[in-house]
Amino acid sequence: MTVMQRKPVNPIAHLTAEDIEVIGKELDAIRDRVLADLGERDARYIRRLIRTQRRLELGSRAVLLFSLFPPAWIIGTAGLSIAKILENMEIGHNILHGQWDWMRDPKIHSTTWEWDHVSPAEQWKHSHNELHHRYTNVIGKDNDLGYGIMRVDEDQRWHPLHLGQPLWNLVNACFFEYGIAAYDLELGRNLKKGRHRDPAFRARARAVGRKIRRQVLKDYVLHPLLSGPSFLSTLAATFTANLVRNLWSHSVIMCGHFPEGVETFEKTSIEGETRGEWYLRQMLGSANISGSRLLHIMSGNLSHQIEHHLFPDLPSNRYREVVPEVRALFDRYGLKYTTGSLPRQVFSAWKKVIRLSLPNRRPRDHASNRSAPALRASGA
Amino acid sequence: MTTTVQRPPAPASLRRGLLRLAAAVTTPLLPDDYLDLVAPLRAGADLRGRIVEVHPETPDAATVVIQPGRDWQGHRPGQYVRLGVDVNGVRQWRAYSLTSAPAGRQDPITITVKAVPDGLVSNHLVRHAQPGTIVQLDQAQGDFVLPATPPARVLLVTAGSGITPVMGMLRSGALAGADVTLVHSAPSAADVIFGAALRDLAAAGALRLVERHTRDDGQLSLADLAALVPDHLERETWACGPAGLLDALTAHWTAAGRGERLHTERFRPTIISPGEGGTVTFGRSGVTVAADGSTPLLEAGEAAGVLMPSGCRMGICYGCVLPLRQGAVRDLRNGSLTTAVPGDGVLVQTCVSAAAGPCDLDH
Repeated sequence: MTVMQRKPVNPIAHLTAEDIEVIGKELDAIRDRVLADLGERDARYIRRLIRTQRRLELGSRAVLLFSLFPPAWIIGTAGLSIAKILENMEIGHNILHGQWDWMRDPKIHSTTWEWDHVSPAEQWKHSHNELHHRYTNVIGKDNDLGYGIMRVDEDQRWHPLHLGQPLWNLVNACFFEYGIAAYDLELGRNLKKGRHRDPAFRARARAVGRKIRRQVLKDYVLHPLLSGPSFLSTLAATFTANLVRNLWSHSVIMCGHFPEGVETFEKTSIEGETRGEWYLRQMLGSANISGSRLLHIMSGNLSHQIEHHLFPDLPSNRYREVVPEVRALFDRYGLKYTTGSLPRQVFSAWKKVIRLSLPNRRPRDHASNRSAPALRASGA
Repeated sequence: MTTTVQRPPAPASLRRGLLRLAAAVTTPLLPDDYLDLVAPLRAGADLRGRIVEVHPETPDAATVVIQPGRDWQGHRPGQYVRLGVDVNGVRQWRAYSLTSAPAGRQDPITITVKAVPDGLVSNHLVRHAQPGTIVQLDQAQGDFVLPATPPARVLLVTAGSGITPVMGMLRSGALAGADVTLVHSAPSAADVIFGAALRDLAAAGALRLVERHTRDDGQLSLADLAALVPDHLERETWACGPAGLLDALTAHWTAAGRGERLHTERFRPTIISPGEGGTVTFGRSGVTVAADGSTPLLEAGEAAGVLMPSGCRMGICYGCVLPLRQGAVRDLRNGSLTTAVPGDGVLVQTCVSAAAGPCDLDH
């Protein structure tokens, strides 16, 4: 992956400025159509999902009260892992995107929802909704490109620390929610710039601290204590469930923007970006995961990362339904719709993390292309 | 020698401690979130109700019987209740007069709804509401009520669904023994909500019923009223119906110096003068929108995806009130201007207020 504007063959060279605006209009039309059609069926979907998740979590935790018995441990841990995955992915992530705000139900609303995650919803919404979704795949703007600790694009400058990035990535995967909390706090940058005394930063750090304490108290103290003689085995079970959830969500999220075929963009490319150009950047900057209905739900429909990035506030149950239209649009305009099975995309993303831990083989002549016109069509 | 016995901890603090512990076990959710799965009407829950039955009154009106949650505090006849109903997946709040007589707190309550053209919630309730559905409730409100000692001579003037609060009064029995005249307007005899019940009451001598069928008799005028009820100004009067009728009655009673005898209940705001519009900022939601002078702030906010508190949407329930940090809003009902400078935090009713210049709401 190289910043698109520096590629020998620009994948949008064949598009005119008018084409790009027409693509934008067609995507707007899809969005409007779905918005106009939202109703009872969608509300039933999210309510049923939330109900199912709560019952599953409650049931699994009840089973884990007897986690000394191996069958109880296995069933409880599996159930809790699934419950935690559903809670973070299909429920939490999507509610915090405001996908369900249209229902005007204060209990299922982006402004009131808090999730089973160490990063407070408020901070995550800022770094994810406002920054990542706005600056998707723009190098230097979108910190999701390697989360500030990894190099996932040839155009990110290599540093000897990147030699260890396969290991960082593995550790980050295991403790992903803590990685996200640190990332939402912009911990590295704030510490480096000596902003640890900044009252705003300290307030946010305290909020994270409180959230971590509450999460740890629940998962690693109270539930084990409630289990009495099963204290240690319940502790191990909740740790395992968090680990499974972290590994799963990390894998799904890696597949969204890191696999081969996904484009990145220059910082200057988004100056004065039109709506059509923003859409185009989302189309080329995301990758899907193909699979079953179950995979889509367990991934929070981030398996429809392309559709999610085009329409981040449309309810996730609708992504699957707009895929044919979106794909047809890609085909009509000769654009690459990046998708693949979960193992393939995970492999592809890991391969890149490992490959880019080393410096580029051929140094590029950046200067020669610096003025390449961004997302604009060649004829524009 | 005296010994002091350790005082047992106050039950209140023990309860608080247990609740905190339960919340720590269920974080980031609350124990309530789990209890709601099984007992949405329990004491301590957000006030809700379950629709028990829906039965038609006229071709376009129906009575909805609702079992309120355990925390329902009862109502006085003539009061209304705010109801939150999910219509096509979207939570909509409306106010409806209670038509049941006050009973025990655990007894079902009824509202009677007339489907109005383009009425999202009224049509849903009349035609699609299903028994078993959970609705959101607020405690009963409103001062369109009878005094503790009902007056000896009473006039009730109602039109269309304006009969609903009055039906609550009649059913309560509070007017038993009083000299009651009810003048009710409806397009035809078949359109009279509670027609049979009212005629039965009249036949039993509980009241004098004057039905006005506007399709044949035309709109009720003040002259008609004076002819029908010559002593109307001597009677304590409760009136509920369209704004035009209420405005005329208010003017007439006031002109006669009997304004204090007339009690009115308005179902809809009268829009007199639009404001000039402006940008509306919802500070805490981080949303700024341009709104014209005839769009209520509530609608402007909702259209921009802000979760707005709302209620009756006609300016009576104060369920939509938000603090205006600074700026100017115009009341769509009477054109009055409300301004706020930083620090004021004037509470404005967003459902009947439009921007009259840039305004900054604390929400």
